[in-house]
Amino acid sequence: MLPDTSRRDFLKTTGCLTIGFVLLGAGELLADAPQKGELPGSLQDNPRINAWLEILPNGRARVLTGKIEIGQGIRTAVAQVAAEELNLPVEAVEVTIAETGRTPDERYTAGSASIEQSAMAIRHAAAAARQKLLALAAPVLGQKVSQLRLEPGAVVAPNGRRVSVDQLLGGRQLTDEVRQPAPLKPKSQYQHVGRSVPRQDIEHMVRAEPYYVQDLRFPGMVHARVLRPHSYEATLLQFDTKALQQAIPGVLKTVIDGSFVGILAEQEYQALRAQDYGRLHAQWSAGRALPVDKPLPELLRSLPGTVKDVARKGDFLKAPAAGVLTHQASYFKPYLMHGSIGPSCAVALFEPGTQALHVWTHSQGVYPLRESLAKLLNLHSDNVHVKGVPGSGCYGHNGADDVAADAALLARAVPGRHVRLQWSRDDEHAWEPYGSAMLFDLQARVEAKTGRITHWQHELWSDTHSTRPAGSPEKLLAAQYMAQPQLPKTEDDFSGGIHRNAEPYYQFPALQVRAHAVQGPLRVSALRGLGAFGNIFALESFMEELAVQARQDPYEFRLRHLTDERAKAVIRRVREMVKGEKPAANEGLGLAFARYKNTAAYCAVVAKVSVDPGTGFVRVPRIWAAIDAGEVINPDGLKNQTEGGLTQAASWTLNEEVLFNAQGITTRQWEQYPIFRFDEAPLVEVAVLDRPTEPPLGAGEAAQGPTAAALANAVFHACGKRVRHLPIRPEKLLG
Amino acid sequence: MEADLTLLVNGQQHTLRLDPETPLLYVLRNNLGLNGPKFGCGLQQCGACMVLLNDIAWPSCQLPVRQTTGGVAITTLEGLTRPDGTLHPVQAAFVQEQAAQCGFCLNGMVMSAVSLLKQYPQPSEEAIRNGLFRVLCRCSVHTRAIRAVQRAAAG
Repeated sequence: MLPDTSRRDFLKTTGCLTIGFVLLGAGELLADAPQKGELPGSLQDNPRINAWLEILPNGRARVLTGKIEIGQGIRTAVAQVAAEELNLPVEAVEVTIAETGRTPDERYTAGSASIEQSAMAIRHAAAAARQKLLALAAPVLGQKVSQLRLEPGAVVAPNGRRVSVDQLLGGRQLTDEVRQPAPLKPKSQYQHVGRSVPRQDIEHMVRAEPYYVQDLRFPGMVHARVLRPHSYEATLLQFDTKALQQAIPGVLKTVIDGSFVGILAEQEYQALRAQDYGRLHAQWSAGRALPVDKPLPELLRSLPGTVKDVARKGDFLKAPAAGVLTHQASYFKPYLMHGSIGPSCAVALFEPGTQALHVWTHSQGVYPLRESLAKLLNLHSDNVHVKGVPGSGCYGHNGADDVAADAALLARAVPGRHVRLQWSRDDEHAWEPYGSAMLFDLQARVEAKTGRITHWQHELWSDTHSTRPAGSPEKLLAAQYMAQPQLPKTEDDFSGGIHRNAEPYYQFPALQVRAHAVQGPLRVSALRGLGAFGNIFALESFMEELAVQARQDPYEFRLRHLTDERAKAVIRRVREMVKGEKPAANEGLGLAFARYKNTAAYCAVVAKVSVDPGTGFVRVPRIWAAIDAGEVINPDGLKNQTEGGLTQAASWTLNEEVLFNAQGITTRQWEQYPIFRFDEAPLVEVAVLDRPTEPPLGAGEAAQGPTAAALANAVFHACGKRVRHLPIRPEKLLG
Repeated sequence: MEADLTLLVNGQQHTLRLDPETPLLYVLRNNLGLNGPKFGCGLQQCGACMVLLNDIAWPSCQLPVRQTTGGVAITTLEGLTRPDGTLHPVQAAFVQEQAAQCGFCLNGMVMSAVSLLKQYPQPSEEAIRNGLFRVLCRCSVHTRAIRAVQRAAAG
């Protein structure tokens, strides 16, 4: 099942490539190179060229990325980067995405790190491959390496003599290890990187070619559904599987392991009917009652937890001097859903002879999932093969891993047959791990005379923002409901992103940031931006409140507290974009800024809203953003991601809230959890500040937080109401 | 339970032995192997499963297949592409505007836009928003999708 690596074990004896580069005048080449410094972590973990890149016959190449395509356009970006270093047309580069035993182990496709990690590893591997091909050609052509040029399919000497790459490699691959940065192609010679190369996969999608995990079809494939209780931790009391079999034709098998129930049928509609039957007839215990005796913000504050001082400097003991303005406010962000349009889906096959398990999944981490599944099913991980296939956009950790585990468990019940398991809308809405609810207390002091903030305090309460399986079984939903359940350990997880962006990017003399890690009532995990969305909403709403109280211009107020010129540049750029906008009555413009993670992309957002004074209904006609993500591989790809982030975050901010009663989740379909439709979505406009000589920065999540605060600030300027508890629903703007 | 039903899909007749209550979506995907219409909610709320019935966009996830016999012209995303492989102007416009991220809702947007343009060849922005109202897009490429429909309308 694992690919034959011996075929590719070639040229290993030549060892590391790095020594030769010094002789090539690398210093000169590097002067104009897009970035310098360390190798990306992904490449350090998987240093061999052929882990990332295979040279194919006839001037083609294949890139192997450990990341999965989740709509962020990673296929196109990595193809551009590889094509650039190998002097190939982009179309000559094919891309293989995350698959165990085939692509490098890059853990999760998360944290806006696909470009920073995978694309940069591929850039260095491709540059090293180019140098290696030149070195191999030098003796053949009787020339110095520095005189040779790599063209599609051949190395060419100044005198026109050439040797084909196929001849140089004889079907073998480059296995040298890249241990130091290879000399990269100078930026001035770029043909592909920095250009808006269209994504080829969009044409495949629009032609309805098979593309998604949902589109996989295998001979003899059976269809499965799972039966989940209404409430968390409910246990199965009774389910008459014989009655099911009699009532619904085509049911092959019902698998019951404790309170994990799966149904297998020949036809998908039969499986669907069986699931409906099961929902009516299976009997469950009441499950864990959810807390409803106090509002969620109060509940969060009252939960036991552990405290961490995230940042602390300056003196808070001395009372504020005369002429110092003080202000405090509390903010809240509810549980939010990933809300994938296609519910999670997986296909699994258990091979009876070899006892090998194959899983096709849209999981964001095929390698960690392999480990988790191996432990769940008691298999050796070498016997588990997990192949990433795109699914519906996930925006974080949704039901992808859970449905893969469900499918794997059911595949074991019908060895030799592919099992396709499609979660229902109710499964996804009610059982996905939500983005955590968060509560924030902010306090600050501002010198009225200078308009400068002297003291800033940010205290927050939040559940973790990451419970990915990460190689263990107990975070997979099915594991928690089996006869011998594996339950996640209670842990106070400060690594899970709760204080992401809690620390302001502004410079304040006295600063205190404190985080309370608590355990809330709902199942939670990583949602686009993790804690940054809530923290930036609170921070940037509060900045605006201070600016208003101190009678400061919102742009100048922020600029005054920043020292990083790139941060200032995005704010100035977005100000320029909205220069002509003159809000009418009941309209308002709102600004917000953040640098995602304080280390990734810079993003400044202005939203324009109008608030109906009669109904409180908020309309968002326009949102503008300026973003600096360092070196840009594909400007249109970056724009697309940022535009989507703006609109999605606007939907989170105005519309969305996971609701529950004591018995369970009550937002179980789109009508109960209304996301933006086409009549609500703003027109969005994004300006990209390209920094070709800076390292690329993760950008996919940069717009989320600033958008929320920009909207709250715009609503304030439109109607004078400050909404501090999301979502900004009409009823909060009346009265 | 099962019956022989004759469907007219993308200009071709298919006679299939099926449970007549099966929603059209599953017949198109599983019996005819089409990928255009997608399962999104099964509740007619998200538009991922959109098809054209006699040129009108309609969700297929709850529609019993027995109601789509008798010569109803069923068109899926596949059926928009011309036999020579040329894209329908709406398909082409979505590619040109790069109006997709994960692409899962693309079917719903394209089918709804084709239906809209058939009735209103020169729609206003508001008409486009209304025409695509039934389709949910979580990646949120709404601005691009609106531009794509405008581009298709402009020819």
